[in-house]
This record gives sequence, C-alpha cells and structure tokens, in this order.
Amino acid sequence: MGSKDQKSEVRSQKSNPPESPHTPLCKRGAEGDFKGGEGGFVATRDAYGDALLELGKKRNDVVVLDADLSCSTKTIKFAKSFPERFFNMGVAEQDMIGTASGLSLTGKLPFASTFAIFETGRAWDQIRQTICYSNLNVKLVATHSGITVGEDGASHQALEDVALMRVIANMTVIVPADGNETKQVVHAIADYYGPVYVRLGRSKVPSVMPDDYQFQRGKAYTFHTGKDVNIVAMGIMVSIALDAAKILKQDGIDAGVINMSTVKPLDHEQLLNAAKACGLIITAEEHSIIGGLGSAVSEFLSEKHPVQIIRVGIRDIFGCSGKPEELLKLYGLTADDIVQKIRESLLS
Amino acid sequence: MTQTQISTEELILFLEKQAKTVRIEILKMLTIAGSGHTGGSLSAADIVTALYFYKMRHNPKDPHWRERDRFILSKGHAAPLLYTVLALSGYFDISLLTTLRKIGSPLQGHPSSKLLSGVEVSTGSLGQGLSISNGIAIGLKMDGLSSRVYCLLGDGEIQEGQVWEAAMSASHYRLDNLCAIIDNNGLQIDGHCHEVMAIEPIREKWKAFGWHVIEINGHDMEAILSALHEAEKVQGKPSLILAHTIKGKGVSIFEGKVEYHGIAPTPDELEKALKELGENGK
Repeated sequence: MGSKDQKSEVRSQKSNPPESPHTPLCKRGAEGDFKGGEGGFVATRDAYGDALLELGKKRNDVVVLDADLSCSTKTIKFAKSFPERFFNMGVAEQDMIGTASGLSLTGKLPFASTFAIFETGRAWDQIRQTICYSNLNVKLVATHSGITVGEDGASHQALEDVALMRVIANMTVIVPADGNETKQVVHAIADYYGPVYVRLGRSKVPSVMPDDYQFQRGKAYTFHTGKDVNIVAMGIMVSIALDAAKILKQDGIDAGVINMSTVKPLDHEQLLNAAKACGLIITAEEHSIIGGLGSAVSEFLSEKHPVQIIRVGIRDIFGCSGKPEELLKLYGLTADDIVQKIRESLLS
Repeated sequence: MTQTQISTEELILFLEKQAKTVRIEILKMLTIAGSGHTGGSLSAADIVTALYFYKMRHNPKDPHWRERDRFILSKGHAAPLLYTVLALSGYFDISLLTTLRKIGSPLQGHPSSKLLSGVEVSTGSLGQGLSISNGIAIGLKMDGLSSRVYCLLGDGEIQEGQVWEAAMSASHYRLDNLCAIIDNNGLQIDGHCHEVMAIEPIREKWKAFGWHVIEINGHDMEAILSALHEAEKVQGKPSLILAHTIKGKGVSIFEGKVEYHGIAPTPDELEKALKELGENGK
C-alpha cells in the first residue's frame, strides 16, 4: 500500500538467510543402518527416513521439522542431505507444530515428526486450532506408537494417538502396515492437500503388502474375504492378523484379513463387503480399543450393517516396560489371542 | 495512502484520524453483535492502524500476493479490530461488519482464515501466533523475500508456555524479518495481569531470550511509527515492541475497566462513546 522512502531503503537490503541449521549428531548405530532389514523385516520409521530423503530429492518445497528426536524418527537422513530444509525445534512440540503451520502458509510442504504421544498429545490444541481449523497442508508423521516402543514404558507408548487425531475435522489418519506401504504413503500424502497424521512404529515388522500394491488414501486392502470371519487390522496388527488367519484355516475356519491403513476416511465399501460376507468382524489394533480402529469400524457398521464386532486392542489400561514381543503377549495382541477370540465366538 | 510525499506531521494526523474511525467501527459492530471483546480491540487500535494504513505492504485486491507483509493476530479475540482494518483497507465491503458473530457470517467470533479473505491464519486459542509467525518468517527467508511478519500478542497471552518456546526459536533462527508486538494493557479476563499471574519484567524477559526490545506508549502514533521503523533496521535478531496501552482506549467509560474485556457496549454506551470520539475528533 503506502510507499515511503525510508521503507524502500530498508526493503532493498537483502534478507539474511535463516541461521544454517545444526545437523544432529546421532549416537553410533542410532541411525539404524537400514539396508532393507533382515528377512524382509523393516521398521516403518526406517522406511519413512528413506522415503523422506527420496521425496526431498524430488521436491524442493519439502521441509522437515523435528523435536530433538531426529535420530529416532529417522528424519536425520533428510537433515544430513538437506540441512537448509531441516529445522530442529528442540524439545518443544507445540512450537514445532506452529512453525510447521507457518511454513505451510508460505507454500512449503512441512513434515513434522516426533514420537506419537508427544506429537498428538502435547500439541493436540495446536493441531486442532492451527492446522486443522485452517486446513493447512502439514504432514504429521509420528514414530514410536503403541506398546512395541518396548522398554521405555507407558510414558512413551502412544495408545491414544489415533483417537486424538481421528476426532478432528479435516484430518486424515493413516497407519501403514509395513515398510513398503510406509514409503508409498509418504509420496501419496505429499501429493494430497490437507492435514495428515501418519502413525509409525519403532520395531521391525514383516513385509506383508504385495510387491505390486499401490497405496491410495481412503482405500483399504483386502487380502482375502472370509466366509466365517473378517479381521480388520491396522499397522503391525496386519501381519499378526494374517498369521491368525493361517492358523484358523487349519481348523477349517475361513478368515479374511483387511489392511485398513487409512483409518480416516474409512473405506466403507470394503468394510461393508466384509460384514456382508460373514457375521463376525474382528478389529485388531496396537492402540486403545476406545477411539481407534475398533471404534471407527463399530461406529460405521452399527449404523449401516450391524454384525457382531470383537475389538482386539489395549483394553483401557496403560502399557509398561518390556520387550515388544513380551508386551504383545501380555496385552493379548498375538495371533493366538485373535484365534482364541474367534473360536470362542464361532463356537458359542 | 497516496504515493505523494507528505510530511510526518500530516502522516501522523492521518493515522490518528484513521484510528478514530477504526474505533468507531469496532464499537458499532460490537454493539450490533451484542457480544465480543471491546477492551482489547480498542487498546491495540493505534498499532494495528499504523500497520495496515502505513507500514505493511499488502494488496486487498490480491490478498495472497507473495511479497506481502504478514499480520498474525495471535490475540484472536481482538477480531473486531482486524475485521475493521481489513474492511477499511478494502478486503471486503464495510457493510459486512454488521454481521459479526451472526450465523452464516464469515466474521466469526474469532478469525477464520477459511472464511474471510485477508485473515492469514485462524486464531483464537491463545499462545499460538508467534510460532506460526516464526514459520512464515523462515519460509519468507528461504524464498529470498524481504517481506516482514508482524505478530500481535496480548500481555495476558504471554502466560502461555508456547509463547516462550517461540521466543526461543525466533532468536535461535535469527528472524530479523519478524516483529512481535505486545499490547500491554495490563488487564486480562480475571483481573490485573500482575494479580492473576505476574508477567513482569516483560522487557527483561524478552531481552534475555535474545530479542531487540523497543518500549513505547502504544497510543502515541509518532512513537509507534518510530518503533516499527527501528524494528525494520535490526539485523540478526527478532524485534519486540512492548506497547504500553490502556484497555478500552478512546472511550472513557471503557478505559482501564477489566469488565469490558469480553463484553460489547450497550446501545446507550455506544451513543456516549460515539459522542466522545466525535468530539475528540474536532
């Protein structure tokens, strides 16, 4: 508007670039030298680190923010290659979300990462008020979700994050099942405008998705539609559900498995097909049974096609320290637990 | 503003007159709405008038102009002030101001960027604007633009912890294209800031966080202009204008009264207020 001499004089000075960001120093081995994992086992966070690096090479509008956990979330890989596009915000999740929002307002494509519980819990209001209400193009990719965080214990095990993100309008919630799907998700959400929450894990998980699989936001993947029961799973529970289906097959029980990687918006069509094919739906999630995938599936089917639903997940309690596999057993999230629930239901 | 040279005295007179018009429109819209935040809209009126009608480069015909300066209203409850300067700048028809807080209106109780052109980002939950401003300031620098970011905070608002996270980041990333302004009217909903939760010494706190601090009377137009100019010249660190203001400034029945934080004038009060502003305008 107004043009003043003194103003144009100041404007003509070249703006200083922001201070060159500091590249985090990872402890030896903390980067998790990722070479595709052992025997097809890959942690989704490792796949994220690789995909982000790839995306950064492809698109120069991608910027990455982390809250002092880049060695664990694997954003370190991007940080090392693109230090000028990486912003460590320190131990300050709320500020990280706000800064990511501001960057998106200048046309950048921000990915903001930290542990799931801090990203969604600590900064929930910032995500709701700033990102979602203004419908900003910010991607929240959090690692260390669920009890398979392991030894760090309950304070670091997000069991509520899907619930917290799912209730906010404009938000998309995605929980990839394996490394391959994670990579595809990273590229797919970069091409989608709007807020997205992606839930990743710390531990290595088996590769389950077929080589020719193409992730699409809002599209589930049905491995097989069962005539007796269908298991709707997300994240690491997809491979466990597939194991359960194999065991059930030996008993002559036809169990189907659906990877509901997009928890919001839910794939209504495939869910309805599964419910119509049998009278029993099992939901399986490494998350509280309150507010997560089990709730989403129950909400939809109870209105559209009521069938019996059994929710396998964390039953309204906190986690604890232990090895991931010990914790899965302790909280009833193994293939045997799913099998037992299905047998009980079908025999009753 | 016109492109022709005018003297500083003329400029100050123009902005003072404009600030009066802004106050009149704020009071009118709040009275029609029957609710809203009177005190904090009036206390920041002079500063925001100086920004929109002199300091900031912006184009109401092209609200998304890449090289514009940005204004982030972190104290979102001063929405009537923002709506008024946007309307008077030409972002939308001034008649829209009568729809404040009414169903179907783009003029929400707190600003929504999805509904109203000229609002950079939705605010209302306190303490978030400075982090957003930092992100914008970083983005502008990455793009090599000389645009500046102005962020208006309330003094009660700096009780939010996120403000201090952001104060640290702005300094860490040397955001000299950022100017935060604190509308230091000394009052918040529950009473005097120093009684509710002491925030002093404000100046020393921001200095300790690495900011260039400029302390002014937030109703002295000459001081406002000089502070904004000084902030533009600072290099390597962000600037904070600590503006001492009076809540409800301009209308004696509202001035310094904590109860007018969140209520609108009655028609009777409006009449008195307009008379006072009109008389002072002579």
